[in-house]
Parts: sequence; structure tokens; C-alpha cells
Amino acid sequence: MKNTIKFMIGLLAIGLVSCEPEFENAVTDEGFYDAGDADFSTYVSLGASISAGTADGTIYRSAQENSYPNIMAQQFGFVGGGDFTQPLTSDNVGGLLLNGEPLPGYGTRLVLSADENGNPFPAPLAGTPTTDVATSEAGPFNNMAVDGSKSFNLVTPGYGDIAGIAGGTANPWYARFATSASSTVIDDAVSLNPTFFSLWTGNNDVYSYASQGGIGVDQLGNSDISTYGYRDITDPNAFAAAYGAQVDALTANGAKGVLVNIPDVTSLPYFTTVPAQSIPLDAATAGAVNDLFAQYNDQILPLLVQFGVITQEEADSRVVNFVEGINYPIITDDDLTDVSQVLQGPPGNLPEDLANLLGQLRQATSDDIIILPASSVLGTTPDPSNPLGVVGVSIPLQDVFVLTSTEKARVDTATQSFNAIIEGLAAANDLGYVDSKAALAQVASTGHVFNGGVMTNAYVTGGGFSLDGVHLTPRGYAFCANMIIDVINTTYNASVPKVDIGTYGTVTLHNN
Amino acid sequence: MKKVLLLTVLFLATAVTYAGGYRVSLQGNKALAMGHTGVAVINSSELVFFNPAGLVYLENKLSVSVGAHGVLADVSYQNSATGETAMTEAGVGTPFYAYISYQANDWLAFGLGIYTPYGSTVEYEDDWAGSHLVNNIALQAIFVQPSVSIKLSDKFSVGGGPIYATGGVNFNKNLNRTLVDLDGNRSEVTLEQTGISNWGWTASAMLKASENLTVGANYRSEIILSAEDGDATFENVPNSPLTPFADTTFNADLPLPAELTMGLSYKHNDFLFAFDYNMTYWSAYESLSVDFADELITDTNLLRNYKDASTYRFGVQYEASESFTLRGGYYFDESPVQPGYFAPETPRNDSNGYTAGLTFKVGDRLEIDASFLYLQFNEVDASYDYFVEGSGGPAGLINQYSSFRGTYKSSVFVPGLGITYKL
Repeated sequence: MKNTIKFMIGLLAIGLVSCEPEFENAVTDEGFYDAGDADFSTYVSLGASISAGTADGTIYRSAQENSYPNIMAQQFGFVGGGDFTQPLTSDNVGGLLLNGEPLPGYGTRLVLSADENGNPFPAPLAGTPTTDVATSEAGPFNNMAVDGSKSFNLVTPGYGDIAGIAGGTANPWYARFATSASSTVIDDAVSLNPTFFSLWTGNNDVYSYASQGGIGVDQLGNSDISTYGYRDITDPNAFAAAYGAQVDALTANGAKGVLVNIPDVTSLPYFTTVPAQSIPLDAATAGAVNDLFAQYNDQILPLLVQFGVITQEEADSRVVNFVEGINYPIITDDDLTDVSQVLQGPPGNLPEDLANLLGQLRQATSDDIIILPASSVLGTTPDPSNPLGVVGVSIPLQDVFVLTSTEKARVDTATQSFNAIIEGLAAANDLGYVDSKAALAQVASTGHVFNGGVMTNAYVTGGGFSLDGVHLTPRGYAFCANMIIDVINTTYNASVPKVDIGTYGTVTLHNN
Repeated sequence: MKKVLLLTVLFLATAVTYAGGYRVSLQGNKALAMGHTGVAVINSSELVFFNPAGLVYLENKLSVSVGAHGVLADVSYQNSATGETAMTEAGVGTPFYAYISYQANDWLAFGLGIYTPYGSTVEYEDDWAGSHLVNNIALQAIFVQPSVSIKLSDKFSVGGGPIYATGGVNFNKNLNRTLVDLDGNRSEVTLEQTGISNWGWTASAMLKASENLTVGANYRSEIILSAEDGDATFENVPNSPLTPFADTTFNADLPLPAELTMGLSYKHNDFLFAFDYNMTYWSAYESLSVDFADELITDTNLLRNYKDASTYRFGVQYEASESFTLRGGYYFDESPVQPGYFAPETPRNDSNGYTAGLTFKVGDRLEIDASFLYLQFNEVDASYDYFVEGSGGPAGLINQYSSFRGTYKSSVFVPGLGITYKL
């Protein structure tokens, strides 16, 4: 009897000990995945908002946790990767404070709300940011990406000086975790002794211009960055100098890494969601509006040509003509000759208001890009007492909302130059070159098929882009992580496992 | 001390356990030790389950068998494409049985059995890779079966009786692969219902073909456990009219499939050889369909498409001495799961069962039965290809099947202990 019980306990003990089923080749075993020629023990990420995990118009904690560098770092864990730290914010509300005051441009996150009929629309989350940039985080972090930074900002001393935020010489995000007021992002990054790095900078060297309808200046030919405004396009020589310095600093101790190029703006829903042709008019209204512009079309424009103020070609481009159906809006194009002063003089002697309205006026064409924020402006009547003052019909859509074909050509040219520089530096330093431009163009054109769906660049429904139309969703960032891991595996003969992007979320639903 | 503690836990735990589909073939320590054969073995009142027709051939006026098994089951999961891993929480299930038979006269016997032939307890870490399919599930069913056994001739008998089944289910899963609330917590649902009951029946026959050869057959009917107005509790759901997941009630049917067993035993000196063949009619389990009372909530339909599955069982018994009877056995258990339908709440592929056990006689009336089962599984690369992401996203998101795949490895150890009392 006693023996039997002992026997049973013995059996039970055997069961308890040997119960855990083990795989012949477990993914957790050393050597299942291979780091190849790379050493992932200290991975450092450099870049701008895309690399910081910005989403839905701001920075918030769960978005940072889904940043592509963080996703990659988790996968590097299978091939000897170490800890990966990020300057995490305090909440999921989003936004930043400076000494307790909200920082302009860093509001709460956008969420997808729905009205009582289920129609979705993006709305800022109700709430108060709690992350104060004056409350310094102890940097450096493995993710040294700085929201809003341009290529040359990463090598500019004082970019993290909190005293420089008000004057625009410093960046609040970097100020939060810069090691000192005079430090540079690149020095802070290098101080971690990275064995592996990813560098995805340069987007803002063109996007800052494109995202505000090209209100800045294309600084092509001027490499003196001290003369630049934030909305300007960086000169390729200035870009090359800054980017080259970063690569030199990062590779000085033999670190391996990847350089990621700059996607086309036309891959981003911010630039593709609002159609250029968006003004529906019936025949009667179109006729009435055309009557308003008859004098401009038939008398003013020919006179301007006659007086040599504009060319015939420009005059042709400035003709306004509405038809029954969907029309292109009228816009202000700052690349047109400003005729507002001329029109106030003889022989027209137009009143100042009208002269200003017509000053750089034309109708948009299919080559122009109307940016996402225009959707809340187009077709509205800003003056409630004047129902005839409709934006896009009788009031030109402001320049800030339109990336004209001329402006877009500057963006494209600069992007090509920058990407050529990045590719050249990757080749010269035996680094991986990630063609995110091609990858995101494919998402935009055919969509990316994944386990359980197709990710496109469609606003809200495409699943890849967050509600600001520029930054990505967790799924979009997971896609980027896979894109980069692919290049790492090829370049360094590694076998870092990728992630299933279908398990990463898209936009967040919430009604305030 | 730790082991004693575990032993205590073992016998206190109420949850039933893991098995083929959710069939738990642990209905007697004597039978299990012989590969869970018994449809043609005249041994004890375990016959109430295995073949009530044989009760009338028992030699004793009264025979009682009571016992339980401690099921130590674990499942490991990994996906070599992504590096994801998971392991079920090491839980212990305790299926039990109690049988009594009574010889009324030389041609009539009665029996009563209480046993737990179906159940499943699988618990993964919350929000694991397959959490859209299951976080954890606890399914239990207890059968109560009065039986009658009638000897039609010296060689042939029939038996059977009604079965009263009662059970409950608690099932928690995430709503889909991605839905989260504002803070990133995964949206989940818990389905719970207890006290579900229904009736079924069993019928059997036994032929003593010769002095040494016995043949038996047993059929147990399907019983559908229908949860009605169970509680559906949703958590971490976004505050949005696009995700209208408010707590509600649900209806769902879970079939406990019919099972046919045929077998024989052959006695040779001190040895007894037994063979059983089971056919379990798993094709009844087409889908796990959950019908929510709240019309705003899309009903869930998880396809299962099980197929009927066979089990082949072999057992041998050796009466070593007056006090000891030794047993051993083997069975091959075919999985009812078809390719593409491998769901982690019943992560079951084909298995080989190796069994051993003994009976120790304490005096004339009392026997102690011990058994041990080791269920061996091969690693299996499998997938569930029919998950629909479903509601919870903005309109226009393309909904198509996603696949949850990976490699599974199961291990099951089942020690058991029981007593038999004969009068």
C-alpha cells in the first residue's frame, strides 16, 4: 500500500519534471537565427519622426512602442540584440508641454471618431498632454530619432538646448533627452558605441516644404544652412555634407548599419487623399461663376500680356473656367507673377481686395496636389455673411494648401539628389541601402499583400498610414521593420526573423 | 514538500482537461493501463462505461470502481518565420469516474456510472500570438449513466441506458488580431455558461464466443450541449459606435460526438489480450458558432470541420501473483483536425499512447488500481486558415481570412489512481 503510493508519487514526479514539450529546433535556441556578419548587441536608431514612432500628428507612448526601430530591436533579440531604450512619453494622450504650457505643433493625438450614422472622421483626442520637455529624460537612448529634424540638424550643436526652443534653433523633442545644451544628436548616438545602426534622415529636408504647399524656398545652390527657414528645401551639397558626417561618425568604430532613402511625397495619403478636382457645380452655378471671372479672363489677362507683365503662356494658365460637373478649385500659386499691384494701377484701377484676390490666381490642374488639411477648407464659406464667398470657387484656395506641379518638381528633384547621395554613401561604406521609396510606392500603387489583407496608402482604410496622413500606423511601421530587415539579411548574410504585419494595428477608434 | 503540494493541487483541481479534440479517454484505471481497451474485457464495474452489456457477467454481487487521473498536459508553440513562441500554462486536470454494478439475478444486472468523457483546459498567456483564437478555455462535461445489462443466453448479452450530461464552458479570446483601446489594451471577450445539460443514450452487446474469446460492441450517442443565454463579457473595447461590443448574452452549440467501439479480448493462461477500435463521429463539429443576442454584434463563426477519427487500442494483462496484476498497452489516436483547421484551443495532432499499470489486491474485496499514460506527439507544422478579422475596423478595411500558423509540440502525462471494491 505504502509502496504503491510511493510509486504513484514517483510517476507523478516524472510527469511533472518531463512535462514541458521541447522542439527539436527551438527558435529560442542559440543559432536558430543567424546574425551573419553583423553584431546587433548595441543597436542605435537615428532619424526623424518616422523613426521616433510619431503617429496621428504627435508623439504618444504606444505609438513609440510600435516604432519600426523598436520592432526591429525585438527581432534583433533573436540574434544577440541587447536592450533597446526609447525616450518614451508619459501617456497615450500625446503632445508635449514646455514648462507646463502646451507646445504648439505637439497637440493631442488624432483618433478616428464616428458620428451617430457611423461616418468616421479624424478628431483630436480630448485630454491634456503630460509630457514636459523641460523635465529632462536621461539620454542618450538607443532610439535617438528626433521628431521634426532635418539631416543637418543631427550634426548641429545646440539643437537640444532648451533655451533655443522659443527661437526655433532647438528642437523640443531632442531638448527632452539631449545629454547637454550643446550636444549633437550624432555625438549622443555615437557615445553609445553602437555596433549596428539605422539612419533614416532627410525626409524633412523636403517634406517640411511639401507639407505646407511649398511656402518655403528651394535652397538649391545655397549650402549655407544658417540662412535656411524650416520650410525650405535643403541644398544637396549641404545634405551630402551633413549625411556624410553622420555616416563617418557611425562607422568610425566599424559598426554595420543600414541607410534608408526618402519616399516620394505621392506615396503619402497626405498628398493623395484630396482630389485636385473636387468642386461640384451645376450648370447654372458654373455659368454664374464664369460671369464673375469674365472680366478677368477676357480683359485683364490679355491686357497683362499686352503690357508685357505676363507671358501668353502664363495668361493661358490663369484662365478660370467652371463647367457643369466636378471642377478644379481656384488657387493662389506663388510661382505666378504677382499682379496685385499692377491691377490697382491704371488702366484697371481695381480695388485692392479684388486685385489681391486675382494677384496670383489660377485654376488648379490635374498636376497640382491638394494636401489633406485642405479638405476642411475647400467649399467652405469663411465669411458667414457672404454665402457667395466659397473657397475654391470665388475665393482661391491658399498657397499653403497646394503643392503645385512646379513645387512638386522641386521636391522630386531634391528627393532624387538626396537618394543618390544616400545610395552612394551606402555603397562606399558597405552599408545596407533600403529603398523605402520603391517600397512605399508599391504600397501606394498595388498595395502590399499580407497575411489577412492588403495594406494600401488609402487614408484611414489603407491601414498603413496614421490619421495625419504622413506618419505610419503600427502596421505601417511593422512593414518598414520588415523592409529594413530584408536588406539587413541580404547585406549581412543574416537571418533575422520578420514580423507578421497583420498582427499590428491600424488607426485607433475613439469617440471623445 | 513541493511534490506533495502538487499532489494536493492535483486532486483539488476541478477543471477537466485536454484530449483528442476535447475527448478525454480516461474512463478507468484498469482499462487505461491496457491502452484504454475494455469493450470486451470483463474485469470490473468499469464496464458501465466500456460495455454495460458485460455487467451481467461480473462474478460479484456488487462491484464499485472509483478513481481519478491527473492530467499534466502542455503545448509548446513557435513560429519560425517570426520567432514568436508560446507555452500553455501548466495546468492539471482531474477527470474522474465512479461506477457501481449490482447483480439482480443471473440474467439481470444494473449499473450506474458518473464519468467525464469530454473536457478541455488550455491556458495560454494573455495576448499571445494566437490570442485572437483563444487566450484560455475551460470546458467540462460530466455524464451520469444508469445502465441495465441483460443476459440473453450464456454467451450473449445486451446493455445500455440513458445518459444525462451536464457541463459548462468558459472561453476567453481577443476579438481580433489588432483591436485595442486607447491605451493599447487588446479588446477581448469572455463567453461563460454553466449548468448546460442534455440527454443521450448508450447501447451495447457482448458475445462470449468461446471460453477464451470475448467480443463486444458499444455505441454512445451524440449529445449536443446548447448554451443558451450565456454571458458574453467584453473588455478593453474602444469607445466608438464602430465597435458596439456591449456585454450581452449568447447562444452556442457544442457537440459531444457519438462514439462507436468494437473489440475483442482473448484469454491465455495468466494473460489477457485486448483490442479495441473506436470511431468518434467528430464530423458533427463543423464550427464553433456564437450567436450574440445584441444584434449590433456580429455573430462569430469559427470553422472547425472536424472529421470522424479512429483510435486503435491494444492491451495486455498479466496476473503476476495473488496480489499483483500487471497491465500494459498502446494506442494510436487519430486526430479529428483537418489540415488548415488546426486551432490552438484544441491543439491536437495524431498521438501514440503508451500505458502501464497494476492492480494490488488488499485482501479479498479491495483492489488498488494504478495506471500511467504517456501520450507521445510528434512536432507538427499546422495552421488555422479561416480566421476572419471581422468587425472592429473602419468600414472599407479588406476582410479576408488570415492564417495562424506555427509548429506545435504537445506532451501529456497522466498518472491515475483508483480503487475497486467487490462484494
